[in-house]
Amino acid sequence: MLMLHCPNCGRDVDETDLHAGGEAHLRREGAEASAEAFEDYLFMRKNPKGVHFERWHHTFGCGKWFHAARDTATLEVFGTYSAQTSEPPKEIIDRIAEKRPNWSWESDT
Amino acid sequence: MRVRETGLRGMISLRGDLSDTVLRTCATDLTGVAFPQAGQAMVGADKGLVWMSPDEILILAPYSDAQQTVDMIQERLKGIHFLATNVSDARSVIAVEGPFVREVLAKLAPVDLHPHAFAPGSFYRSRLGQVAAAFWMRDDENIEVMTFRSTAAYAFGLLAKAAEGGAVGHLVSDDAGDARG
Ligand SMILES: [Zn+2]
Repeated sequence: MLMLHCPNCGRDVDETDLHAGGEAHLRREGAEASAEAFEDYLFMRKNPKGVHFERWHHTFGCGKWFHAARDTATLEVFGTYSAQTSEPPKEIIDRIAEKRPNWSWESDT
Repeated sequence: MRVRETGLRGMISLRGDLSDTVLRTCATDLTGVAFPQAGQAMVGADKGLVWMSPDEILILAPYSDAQQTVDMIQERLKGIHFLATNVSDARSVIAVEGPFVREVLAKLAPVDLHPHAFAPGSFYRSRLGQVAAAFWMRDDENIEVMTFRSTAAYAFGLLAKAAEGGAVGHLVSDDAGDARG
């Protein structure tokens, strides 16, 4: 069972109250982009066994989006944070780096 | 235990900046209750304020006053950015009453209903079985459940069955000592 803290309404929420929104921090490619870049933006997604950044929607609750950083293999949640950001806050990155010494945000992106 | 439909209720969705003093004063003047914080429902006899999301509160009022309430909000909030909609016919309210109301809800919703986490004034938006539902506690033996009208019959059936099934016995009242220890 997965529980995530919704930073919008302050509740610890069961996974079944949420909707998974897929990989986080994608950069949108516009009309001027190459076909490869646009395909990458539309279709190509990471599928890591380990640290992953995701978008989640609190569908049955406050109806707002947020971000979550977690480990897909252990279900450990490193933290959740605002949807209004294009990269994870420093404290989340630091927390993951401390727990997963071989991981870094730079090599992840 | 008793499960009953409470009948028509006026509901006005008010969206805007919930920290705005003008908006807050308008809402509290109209209802006579305190402005709710996140996760709270301030519900009086027939009026109330429910915290729905960071930019939405639901105003409860008698059904016959709903449109008039919207008109008053339009007047009072002129000039600030807001949205007030009469949504009275979108949802229904079911009351669950009796000694083990917490357990009736706990059978159906993935929510911590221990008195430490859910007490009179608390408000949750979650689901009952397959459908969205929101609920608040009036007192220790009275929880009101709000669902979309289109799923109210399903929710009523779930609640009635859960009540019929009796208490599970996991939640022990606080005056019997803290049973979680
Ligand atoms: Zn939420």
